[in-house]
Amino acid sequence: MLEKPVAESPWWRSLSNPRLLGTRLSSNVELLINFIVVVATIVFILSQGSGFGIRIAQLFAIFAILAVSLNLVIGYTGLLSLAHVAFFGVGAYSVAILTTDAAYEQVPGHIPHFGLSFFTALFVGMAITGVVALFVGGVLSRFRDDIFVLVSVGFAVISHRIFLFWQPVTRGPFGIHAIAKPEVGGMVIDSRLEFLFLTLAFLVIVFLISWLIVRSSFGRVLMAIREDEQAIEVFGYKARYFKLTIWVISAMMAALAGGITASEQTFIDPQSFVLLESILLVTIVILGGLGTLWGSLLGALVFVLLNEGMRFVPFLPGELIGQARLAILGIVIVLLMLFRPQGLVGRFKL
Amino acid sequence: MSNQALLELEEVTVRYGGVVALDSVSLGLGEGEIVALMGPNGAGKSTVLKAVFGLAPVVSGTISWRQAVLDVAAHQVVKLGVAFVPQGRRVFTQLTITENLEMGCLYLKDKEEKKRRLHETMELFPVLYEKRQEKASAMSGGEQQMLAIGRGLMADPKALLLDEPTLGLAPIIVKEMLEKIVEIKEKRNTSILVVEHNIRSILDVASRVYVLDKGRVAHDGSPDSVQQSDILTKVFLGAVE
Repeated sequence: MLEKPVAESPWWRSLSNPRLLGTRLSSNVELLINFIVVVATIVFILSQGSGFGIRIAQLFAIFAILAVSLNLVIGYTGLLSLAHVAFFGVGAYSVAILTTDAAYEQVPGHIPHFGLSFFTALFVGMAITGVVALFVGGVLSRFRDDIFVLVSVGFAVISHRIFLFWQPVTRGPFGIHAIAKPEVGGMVIDSRLEFLFLTLAFLVIVFLISWLIVRSSFGRVLMAIREDEQAIEVFGYKARYFKLTIWVISAMMAALAGGITASEQTFIDPQSFVLLESILLVTIVILGGLGTLWGSLLGALVFVLLNEGMRFVPFLPGELIGQARLAILGIVIVLLMLFRPQGLVGRFKL
Repeated sequence: MSNQALLELEEVTVRYGGVVALDSVSLGLGEGEIVALMGPNGAGKSTVLKAVFGLAPVVSGTISWRQAVLDVAAHQVVKLGVAFVPQGRRVFTQLTITENLEMGCLYLKDKEEKKRRLHETMELFPVLYEKRQEKASAMSGGEQQMLAIGRGLMADPKALLLDEPTLGLAPIIVKEMLEKIVEIKEKRNTSILVVEHNIRSILDVASRVYVLDKGRVAHDGSPDSVQQSDILTKVFLGAVE
């Protein structure tokens, strides 16, 4: 009785047939957007050289992990969180503190020394973030809608202040230097290209886990929570536990991105974990589309291209470009929300 | 009250802060019955249904299911065999019809059983089968109400609690809906406790009626007894006593 509907022929079939591709593109806005973004990326990387391409791809991979994990919370469960940067930061700081030898740092007082390897520190850092997220989520689950947003902002601000002022552990504004590089089977991953492959591998893992989650019945309950949290309770589900679970999973994914970033940059300081980063992440998720994992990848790519590409805008004087980047990004987002509020490939609005 | 009462409320009092929503209300739902709850706005009709699901703060009195005291959380009540269809349909508009229906029995691991229930529900509401791959947002109000009831039936309940299933529906759909309710009772032997505002139509199908007023049971009897007395005029148009 319940047979599946006949599937459309997949889009990649049309790649081998230019005429089919043309009609497909003009009739399907989403496909057109995908096409434009991918072509723009290729053109951009080719014009700027491979070194720059690796840099773009690295940034993309990190933002993609963050956006995909944040989309689980915002897009699928309907919790507009601005606290994501806090978990990104806890992950980064965990890896930094657990791997570095702090003996040479010019900070008064005793600094604990752990000296773990990168991968051990990464997993410990994710576990720490999970515990922090469980606590934060426990508090947040008492709120809903706009109050929830405000309280999540509160957590983002608190985390930044902790990074800044808990000097004995975080070295405060000095930041942490010489963060360890990953080591796989005796080989240290230190070239940018090797690091990119490592990050992309993690991105694939995060994407697959997220995909499995949203396809499962667990994911369906999350989407139902987004629609009507009270209605779901009368079918026998404790919405609170579902929200907490996805919250912790998402936070641990952000911590993963944080740990990788710390090691890749070998230096972190509190300025990388300000509220603005959270706002940019939410923007990426909305830009790509709520409730679509593919959209988050696309959103991250567009964001990185815009953000980095604006260094090369020909008609702006060099000293202005740095200041103008965020402003132009803001304008792009306003235009997007006016003309395509569901995001590049999204299905629905916030 | 019948001897084989499935669901029984005894002197249940519910208080929201200082407001008494139910004042020692006693009522029962027997096997294979359609029981209607009537009364003006704020009489406590919906609160009765919510109290059963632990969604309203019961300060005194007992609620029992098959003669055993019921004081478990909402999600366990579903497994005992009670389903609640809340007011205003509340379907998940971004999910498909099939996905909406599956929400009703997600805890069920047995895939064959799930399929059987899906089949049964779609047989009862053919429109759900026709539109099974569409999003719930594409349905009309009446269809959404059928989906909401179907979703409740997916839990394979012994008792179904319906909160104003005909609210905001066109008269012809109201009639169809009530026919469906009777059909559910007869085909599945499900007991139904229904809060309803369409007085005339529900009196035709109910086995018993409770009239609530200001948190108390003002009348309890057969539909005929309600029609013969002037209780409805009193509670809807003026104070009792």
